[in-house]
Amino acid sequence: MRAAWTIAVKDLKQRLRDRSAIIVGIIAPLVLAAIFSFVFNPIEDFEFSATYVVVDQDGGPAARLFVDQVLGAMAADDTITVDELDTVEAARVLVDVEVDPFAEDVQSADAAFILPAGFSATVVSADPATIEVLAGRGSQTAAGVAVAVAEQFASQLQTARVAAATAEFYGLEGDRAEIGLRALGVPNLATVADAEATSKILNGTTFYAAGLAIFFLFFTVQFGVNGMLEERHAGTLPRLLAAPIPKFAIVAGKAITAAIMGVVSMSVLVVATSLMFGAEWGNPLGVLLLIFGGIFAAIGIMGIVGAFAKTAEQAQVYSSIIAVVLGFMGGTFFPVGQSGGLLAQLRFVTPHAWFMQGLGDLAGGNVADVFPAVFALVVFGVVCGTLAALGIRRGLAA
Amino acid sequence: MAQPTLECSGLRKAFDDLVAVDDVGFRIEPGETYGLLGPNGAGKTTSISMISGLLVRDGGSVVIGGKEMTTTSLETKALLGLVPQEIAIYPDLTARENLVFFGKLYGMSGKGLLGRVDEVLGVIGLTDRADDRSEEFSGGMKRRLNIGIGLLHKPSLLILDEPTVGVDPQSRNAILESVEQLSGEGMAVLYTTHYMEEAERLCDRVGIIDQGKIRAEGTRRELVQLVGQRDRIRLTATGGLEPAVTALSDLTAVEEADACDGEIDLLVSNAGEHLTEILSVVTGTGVSVSGVDIDEPNLESVFLHLTGRALRD
Repeated sequence: MRAAWTIAVKDLKQRLRDRSAIIVGIIAPLVLAAIFSFVFNPIEDFEFSATYVVVDQDGGPAARLFVDQVLGAMAADDTITVDELDTVEAARVLVDVEVDPFAEDVQSADAAFILPAGFSATVVSADPATIEVLAGRGSQTAAGVAVAVAEQFASQLQTARVAAATAEFYGLEGDRAEIGLRALGVPNLATVADAEATSKILNGTTFYAAGLAIFFLFFTVQFGVNGMLEERHAGTLPRLLAAPIPKFAIVAGKAITAAIMGVVSMSVLVVATSLMFGAEWGNPLGVLLLIFGGIFAAIGIMGIVGAFAKTAEQAQVYSSIIAVVLGFMGGTFFPVGQSGGLLAQLRFVTPHAWFMQGLGDLAGGNVADVFPAVFALVVFGVVCGTLAALGIRRGLAA
Repeated sequence: MAQPTLECSGLRKAFDDLVAVDDVGFRIEPGETYGLLGPNGAGKTTSISMISGLLVRDGGSVVIGGKEMTTTSLETKALLGLVPQEIAIYPDLTARENLVFFGKLYGMSGKGLLGRVDEVLGVIGLTDRADDRSEEFSGGMKRRLNIGIGLLHKPSLLILDEPTVGVDPQSRNAILESVEQLSGEGMAVLYTTHYMEEAERLCDRVGIIDQGKIRAEGTRRELVQLVGQRDRIRLTATGGLEPAVTALSDLTAVEEADACDGEIDLLVSNAGEHLTEILSVVTGTGVSVSGVDIDEPNLESVFLHLTGRALRD
């Protein structure tokens, strides 16, 4: 172990003199975190607002339920405005307005809901219920929310139909439309709100700080892991192998170097982004566990590159490609988890996603909530580290 | 008989179909400098890699100081100092830091290490540049530091793999002087080179290696005799040369004698051993000798004789 430390101390001294590790491990992520936080519309400063119009051509009970209860409940929030118009043409004019974000007092709408005549009758008929949504030229998010609200209500209409049909089948008393409307009830908008913002989402500054920290961690540990190839390139590897130290000590020395560089880089970033940008990383113990897990995973993955690449240059290229691909897939630059679909599921094949997930869990819970993420990171480290060790062993035996 | 510092036998290594080293064996006594002389690709570095435990051998044995060497024999490796052909130093560390680092890997520490580092810096002539980063050094200085690292822990056996490749004549001379000094201090040295002059100057015994096999082994004299080469002596003389030639022809050491243009040309078995006798015979016939030129056959001609090729082919 003494030899491993001797090698690690030598490597760290070289890295400090080289300065590239400091740039990649600390300065670059810090600068980018600052830029991302300040320039790219920080998530914590994002406040949803929307202006909707509704045209009720039906006037029936289901249509009024939608206008008064659903849209009315939304309008109770000051950030959403709902105006009722008489004609579809008037609604079209407002949604067609070209939105100038710097212009004030220009009347426009993010979306228009059109409830056609006969809408309420669909509750007791076999015809499909239709709420037409006209998307405006302004906020796509606001238009998307409008579509979601309409779909939600349409879904509840279907529930009402089933209730009415069931009542009729069993000969229950009452008007079929009345039963359907009773079943329709008051829509539960809380489910819509929950889908948009869970309690575990990271604020913008923390998201970018953490994302960039884990992204650059892979580049930082690469300096240590690729040390073996650099020794080979410099011609010093034979000298190390001829010394009376176990081969394992050389590999361990490189891993220790990578780990120390990773810990220093991440620690500096956590402290600096907290103090300078107000990032909220969460419980220090949980963060520390995630950092160790992330470093372990990064060393394992980069170790595979170091073990199988033929030259230090080749390893750097491979490492960079892997770090960038995993970083993007893992959602270090944008929250891919909220995008839904395949990408949201695929992200969990990257340690980056588990790291971000762990921080999210920590933000919404306690230290114990990071255990699944830490476990996943450790699994990455063990599996990849084993493959790397086999590759290095084969290389040294040649 | 004392235990040899290095005894290797039957060394064999093949890379796929290419047999790089085949049945190589030799021994080196304490204080002896043994040269492996051969052209590039002859198998010198592969042999050294097996001897120093860097390469798993396909066959044969290596014993250093009575201990078997394998790739995992740490105790045996401690007896060995390796100076690789490539300059194996860290350019962003100073000369002293390089030495201290490798000293620690060999278990040295504290004042003992620092004292020995200063000593070695003196031996390799880098005391004044000890705290400069080695990236600022000339090629020759880097070579000297490369050697210094190898001898830092006072190994029983120092292996130098082509240590003078690509260095200027001044540095080369400094390196050769250092090696001469080391063998004088009792360290066994295994020296590989394709420079015939270096092998002749430094080595007590030489193994001529080509195409993975030791073709011949012995002192320079033994090798020359092995292939039937003779020394040539040219005497610049005045007087009656024919009687002198006749008298010289009667000596058993003289194989051929001839006189031409004021010179007596002799082919003898050992010029150094018989020169006094030859001069005595010549002056005894009344001839006055004004100059002596001895042309001894060198290892280059031995190599040519053994392999049919020149060393630098």
